[in-house]
Amino acid sequence: MNDFISASLVINIVLGAILGGCSYLIYVERRLAAFIQDRVGPNRTGPAGLFQPIADGIKLFIKEDVIPGHVNLFLFILGPSIAVFTTMLAYAVVPFGPPDQIQFTLMGMNLDFRFIIAPQIDIGMVFIFAVGSLAVYGIILGGWASNNKYSMLGSLRASAQVISYEIPLGMSIVGLGILTGSLNLERLVLHQAEQGFWGWNFWAQPVACLIFFVAALAEANRLPFDLSECEQELVGGFHTEYSSMKFALYFLAEYTHVILVSLLTTLLFFGGWQFPLIAEVDSAYTGSALVKVGVLLSKAFCVIILIMFLRWTLPRFRFDQLMGLAWKVLIPLGTANVVMVMTVKHFELPSWWMFPLSLGLVAVVGVLSVPNSKTRYGALGMAGGRTRIAADGVLPPGLGKRIPM
Amino acid sequence: MAISDKDVTWVEEPEMTFWEALFVPAIIDGLRTTARHVTGYKSVTQQYPEQRPELPMNYRGVHRLNKDDAGRVKCVACMMCATACPAKCIDIVAAPAPKNEEWAGRDKYPATFVIDELKCIYCGMCEEACPVDAIELTHIYDLVGTSRQDLTYDKEKLLDVFEQTKNSGRDPIRTHMGRLGPASEFESLPPLGPATAVPTGDKAARGVSSGVISS
Repeated sequence: MNDFISASLVINIVLGAILGGCSYLIYVERRLAAFIQDRVGPNRTGPAGLFQPIADGIKLFIKEDVIPGHVNLFLFILGPSIAVFTTMLAYAVVPFGPPDQIQFTLMGMNLDFRFIIAPQIDIGMVFIFAVGSLAVYGIILGGWASNNKYSMLGSLRASAQVISYEIPLGMSIVGLGILTGSLNLERLVLHQAEQGFWGWNFWAQPVACLIFFVAALAEANRLPFDLSECEQELVGGFHTEYSSMKFALYFLAEYTHVILVSLLTTLLFFGGWQFPLIAEVDSAYTGSALVKVGVLLSKAFCVIILIMFLRWTLPRFRFDQLMGLAWKVLIPLGTANVVMVMTVKHFELPSWWMFPLSLGLVAVVGVLSVPNSKTRYGALGMAGGRTRIAADGVLPPGLGKRIPM
Repeated sequence: MAISDKDVTWVEEPEMTFWEALFVPAIIDGLRTTARHVTGYKSVTQQYPEQRPELPMNYRGVHRLNKDDAGRVKCVACMMCATACPAKCIDIVAAPAPKNEEWAGRDKYPATFVIDELKCIYCGMCEEACPVDAIELTHIYDLVGTSRQDLTYDKEKLLDVFEQTKNSGRDPIRTHMGRLGPASEFESLPPLGPATAVPTGDKAARGVSSGVISS
């Protein structure tokens, strides 16, 4: 009974934090986007626009919920529910603090508070990937049930994209599994924390970190990989027919996924709650657990800010480039990375070898992608081609030389 | 229609170097540009209701009817503006000026002068057509009303707009401060209007032939 109460307490805290965090991250993103574009952003609702998320929430709730007559009603409602449900489910195994247990008394009951909903799940990362790939059902169902060719095309693109990027995503974790000997997220963090700052997986696995981050962005349908939703070609994407709260649920799911991605990047590659001097494994001063939670959340926040910056920095991918990146670059690179880790482990080389070897891998990819001057294609099949411009125009500098015709 | 081959130049893309093929340095470069907008943040937004825009001097807003120095409406009801108006939104009923002290020296005046501000396209042609500089467009741009009737401006409203704007600094009375324009005097060459320059060889620039008009 006490376990049940403490577990539901944790679940409530996590859910509340995610939902509140989502709405305020949207505010942060809107303000940041405005700053990047030299605008002001929402600043009228409350001091500095801080009540904007609340106003948006109220608006979305009381808006008219249009359900078109031509949709498959059951699947139409199921779509956004699955999208939110699956991304929320992944949080069950994500630790948001150190593995300590805090004992406290609430209304005469002795409760154990843990910083994770389901502690000691050994398949941790596999569970997250399994549940995370279910999220594509939400998008496919939404597109299919809308009975609208643009929504359908959007969801087809999304499913192809998510399924392709599952592979590099899984591949990037294999190296960590070999190094740590576990896929349990708590153990993965603890393994890094015990070795201090230079033990963070980022130093041993920079390539895996890059692959994971890129693939996870694609999984979350975030820019520059948001091909499932676009105004130019698809009217809106899989959510064209959705309005009111159902529409909001899709975006809640997307934002929840972004938070999940940044938490995972932090936990897997940047030492989780560990930070030199203030939050070490053996630091046991009063409130150290809270400091560790704070460290983890601030690291995750930095990753979220990076994701937002990337959104306003990179142009979107074309669909063939998106697929090319996954299949021609990330998957071979991920495989090579796993081989590299296995080699280092097999010959029992010191683990600092992995950093230069990873850089070497990246260099090889760079060499293979440089286009051949005859075929215009690199060995990886990326880039190249010809550009044509009008004849009377003066060639802009740096465009290259004319091809005689 | 397709562009014909002779109009097309094929250009080879520049060679891609190793660092460009890596993409990551280019992304970091882009991130630096993005970050520069945040660190050196300077908003270009105008906070509208608090900050009013600086409109150019030739902005064309709501009309006004000017008054002469005696406080009478300057308009001589010549119908030039109503004729020039491409939207046909000006409606004037002319009447002979009352024979009293107040209207001394005036033959005609507008009994009613109505502009439908909703029909108006704010082209400013009435202003150019007016020989006595009676009708002018002001800088008032936030024109609102709750009914069509509200935005049908009659003579009183248009004269009110004159009172509101004459001292604003942005809408000076452009010619003959307070005096009646030349069209009612018919003695000398009319000075050029605010926007129109008449070339010297033009017949409009020639003086009025003597003896045609008897005073």
